[in-house]
Amino acid sequence: MVDVLTGTFTVKSGHAQMLKGGVIMDVVNAEQAKIAEEAGAVAVMALERVPADIRADGGVARMTDPAVILGIMDRVSIPVMAKCRIGHFVEAQVLEAIGIDYIDESEVLTPADEVHHVWKHDFQVPFVCGCRDLGEALRRISEGAAMIRTKGEAGTGDVVEAVRHMRAVQDAIRKLRNMPEDELVVEARNLGVSLDLLQQTREMGRLPVVNFAAGGVATPTDAALMMQLGADGVFVGSGIFKSGDPAQRGYSIVQAVTHYNDPKILADVSKDLGEPMVGISARSIPEEQLLATRSI
Amino acid sequence: MKIGVLAVQGDFAEHIAVLRRLDVDGREVRLPEQLDGVDGLIIPGGESTTLSRLMSIYHLREPVRAMAEQGKAIWGTCAGMIMLAQEITEADPVPLQLMDIGVRRNAFGRQIDSFEQDLDIAGLELDSGGKAEPFHAIFIRAPVVTRVGPAVETLAVLPDGPAVAVRQGNLMATSFHPELTGDARLHRYFLSLISPDGPGPGRETETPAPPKRVEGCRR
Repeated sequence: MVDVLTGTFTVKSGHAQMLKGGVIMDVVNAEQAKIAEEAGAVAVMALERVPADIRADGGVARMTDPAVILGIMDRVSIPVMAKCRIGHFVEAQVLEAIGIDYIDESEVLTPADEVHHVWKHDFQVPFVCGCRDLGEALRRISEGAAMIRTKGEAGTGDVVEAVRHMRAVQDAIRKLRNMPEDELVVEARNLGVSLDLLQQTREMGRLPVVNFAAGGVATPTDAALMMQLGADGVFVGSGIFKSGDPAQRGYSIVQAVTHYNDPKILADVSKDLGEPMVGISARSIPEEQLLATRSI
Repeated sequence: MKIGVLAVQGDFAEHIAVLRRLDVDGREVRLPEQLDGVDGLIIPGGESTTLSRLMSIYHLREPVRAMAEQGKAIWGTCAGMIMLAQEITEADPVPLQLMDIGVRRNAFGRQIDSFEQDLDIAGLELDSGGKAEPFHAIFIRAPVVTRVGPAVETLAVLPDGPAVAVRQGNLMATSFHPELTGDARLHRYFLSLISPDGPGPGRETETPAPPKRVEGCRR
């Protein structure tokens, strides 16, 4: 009898490979999920509220009602992701039990544990986690994350933090590639990561898993900017369904991610998109209301 | 030899990396003019609904059909298999209808049902003992072939029946992802459809690379 292996890291990280060059869109109901699928999304993130509303409403943000998620899973054929709170492994168990395709252990929700993340190796379902720099990214991979994204600053429509985080990861990898071998032990200690994983990253010249941009992407050019900075794909949260014409904007951002290096096409797909989401400058947000600094 | 790899979305970079190891020029195809001068095309894994839309918007369907009519080789992996099908079980995406096969998307269920398994594949190069090693196949939200037309050859089936690798003349389709494994035998098989003298079966022109595995991550 031939061995059939499920839930392996190959299968988990391989799924993220299939999402590359694509756009993952936040949706709050089955109708929005259908619009996202029609627009060419490679996956949807099922939520109760988009990050802009979570930010406006305040209070504790938790996992979405499984009934809402199941309604979305029923409606579309593309993969469906959902968020659990950082460290809330029981929310993750519930999401796995309903058959979700990917779990985002997300700083957008209120953390359940300010010290520990979910031990993601225990799950058959793959996880994506946010990061602000290389150390954070590799710590999440050590815990079992099969995909990484920038944290950015969700719900703002301001891309500046996503740019900062993507550049931080890429700069650290460039530095790592040029680092003499005898400095790697100290670098691993400084980053709080294992030497083996650091060496592997150095050898590959990139994160060992797929790395998406997220947090503040609102326009086709924002998406293409992140791709040119080295993102493998893009999450768009509030940017689509908080805009004037979500279907058109979603469709344009999908094209912008494919043709991220072609300014003529980017000009075309940026035309007549209607109102973008109302942004908040990430700089104007008081320190204690920032999402990206949660659980590092 | 120049091989186009459809690069509108998906894991096209992994296919290009395998081609590079085989000393073959693999180029990204996002627009019709990028198909000029290519000897074959690979449609990679990705989301078939997304591939379908982007192929329509950027007018790639007709030139790809024309390639098939000219007898050029085309290979679809996973989402690419869906795109090559004559018919699929849902109304969306819209396939290219190049191969006489029926295909069911997400045939095994959701992501938690994705799996790895060794497969016997017909037509692979033989080792010194005169038999072909099994191919380690990675199935991710994979499709299967539900109908095989008379002109289609089945290259591999799962133990419980469905065909997961098929060939019809110069066209081939696999449900799984050879580009993720580090095993280039199916890429060599595909290249042999284009040029029997190329780096096809029996011609060892590369040093096999072990599959990338993230340290510290349990299987």
